Amino acid sequence: MSTVTVKPGRPWKRTPKQVMSTVLVLLVSAAISFTAVAATEMKGKLAYLAIFFISVVVINFAENYFNRGIAAAKDSVSSSVTAAGLVIAVVPIFSILYTIFDYGRAGLNFNMFLKDMSANGPNDPLGQGGLLHALLGSFIMVGFGLLMSLPIGILTAIYLTEIKGIYSRPIRFLVQAMSGVPSIVAGLFILSAIIFPITKSSSGFMGSLALAILMIPTIARTSEEVLLLIPDDLREAGVALGGTQWRTVSLIVVPAAKSGLVTAIILGIARVAGETAPLILVSGGGDAVNANPFESPMGSLPFYIWKGFIFGTTESIARSWAGIFVLLVIIFFLFIAARMLSGSGSKK
Amino acid sequence: MTSTAARTDLTPDKREITTKPRLSDRVFRGVATGGGLSSLVILGLILIFLAYQGYQILRLEGLGFITESNWDVVQDNAGNTDLAASNFGLAAMLIGTLLCAALAVVIAVPISVLCALYLTFYAPEFLKRLMVAIIDLMAAFPSILFGMWGFFILMPHVEYWAMLVFKYFNWIPIFQMDVPVFTRSPFVAGFVLAIMIIPIVTSISREIFSQTPLDRVQAAYALGATRWAMIKAVVIPYGRGGVVGGAMLGLGRAMGETVAVYTVLNIVYQINWQVLIGAGGNVASMILLKFGEASPTETGALMAAGLVLFMLTLLVNSIADLIVNRTGGKGR
Repeated sequence: MSTVTVKPGRPWKRTPKQVMSTVLVLLVSAAISFTAVAATEMKGKLAYLAIFFISVVVINFAENYFNRGIAAAKDSVSSSVTAAGLVIAVVPIFSILYTIFDYGRAGLNFNMFLKDMSANGPNDPLGQGGLLHALLGSFIMVGFGLLMSLPIGILTAIYLTEIKGIYSRPIRFLVQAMSGVPSIVAGLFILSAIIFPITKSSSGFMGSLALAILMIPTIARTSEEVLLLIPDDLREAGVALGGTQWRTVSLIVVPAAKSGLVTAIILGIARVAGETAPLILVSGGGDAVNANPFESPMGSLPFYIWKGFIFGTTESIARSWAGIFVLLVIIFFLFIAARMLSGSGSKK
Repeated sequence: MTSTAARTDLTPDKREITTKPRLSDRVFRGVATGGGLSSLVILGLILIFLAYQGYQILRLEGLGFITESNWDVVQDNAGNTDLAASNFGLAAMLIGTLLCAALAVVIAVPISVLCALYLTFYAPEFLKRLMVAIIDLMAAFPSILFGMWGFFILMPHVEYWAMLVFKYFNWIPIFQMDVPVFTRSPFVAGFVLAIMIIPIVTSISREIFSQTPLDRVQAAYALGATRWAMIKAVVIPYGRGGVVGGAMLGLGRAMGETVAVYTVLNIVYQINWQVLIGAGGNVASMILLKFGEASPTETGALMAAGLVLFMLTLLVNSIADLIVNRTGGKGR
């Protein structure tokens, strides 16, 4: 008796004929859009895209209508329209990335990581001066902000997940509300609560206070999600072994969630690294390297970008783009690190 | 009898069963509760200090601070602000805030919802992963980046679109204008804000859509529904509330945006409903603009403006949060 080996089929896979017909539809649509733009008064990229899109939709609709009926035809239209939504949503991202690369290139040189702007104006040639003060300032401000917001954020998350007290619901609500506080309000708050009544001068530390306010909700919410992923078995095991809640949380739950908590920190940093408005109000924005956050104005990367943009000459704007380039590279790496740590894609 | 008595004597004393936590736990709970309440404390402090700094102006202007639209700072010869002659009314900027943010939501929500539907129900797995990562990355872009990109790259395009809108839709009141100059209008600001909030609204909609009960989805397919019929019959009724909540979160973010609006909008202190006219503003960018050369009194008025903005965004965010949580995050 011979065994019949069934070759695994893939009935959902598109046949060459179907692929051909898709390509054909796209080609015909492209041809229609070119002729329409050439023949009528409509001009520009917008017209090409619109006509191309409309003809793809119409041809697909007709094809499905005659072959498979009205329901399939409607489905094909919805498929095309939603795909167009995706395209419209991501086109700006690629445009932004390309623009930063294109415009930022001119202002990039290695020298700018070694010098500050104390001896140069924003209008000087691009080879002179640099953004060392801005990088250092951003680093210090975000660092101090993190030192303040990290304990608060993680304690909030621990309260919400481990203690589950009577205030859990209102606190979750307030943390959510806090994440919507406009950044300029954080700056105004530091001005009104500390700078006007007490210090009377702006410094890097004031900037880090404002950043801390903006960082707390991000860290708290991400940590909460991470702590919720820790299985209850671990907590029960800890308590069953006679551990107090403090020991269970500090020796079992938090270490188990370590990489997730690091992700929360990284996302918090990425959230505030480019925050501009509060720093304009409270940090002063000096041009010289200043490593003391408690005295005299301190520059920062967003402020450096802002200053160059407001100054408005070709050189200063090129400096801004170079600054954005550096800022975006930093954010990009933070983001990649966060995704790698959280085990990309394992969530969904 | 005696034996029973003896047994009674032998019974050990009742153990004291206590649920009183140890000292270490009490300290731990106290500290964690304190940390948890800090968000309440911070929000309260923001409210108190902004109100304290803006108190003078708020008391002087009363309700007129949000209903009137003159912002005149009159100074006497000594350089002090003449309070009686000065006017602080925020209405023009409040209208500008709502106009730009509403425009942004109107543009962003359809795009985001379509995008979320495509990613959840149509996209192949690799495309979905890639695009979700890219859109999340976009949500982390700083606002100054959107501002500069909007100014240099997007604005010329949007001006052209504004011209088209004016050409074909000028019978609609909000698109009317006398002098067809389209530079730096709320229309441009609305587009920039829309692009800023697309990632947020998309990811919230996507989350809501992906929580659609699987049994209902599969029931629809089993009855022979196409994907579109399934979306129409199952996903949209289920996710409608959540999308509204996501749109309101986007609205809240768009209302509080400072730098991106400052860069692309021509900030003029007047009530302007016509979205194509190059004049307008929002509260946040006005604060940034006026802050540099403000006298102490005007600074107080700006603090009061910040307070109004803070309460407005808090309100919008709270409503949004309630709506989203009622629809979606039941299983959180």
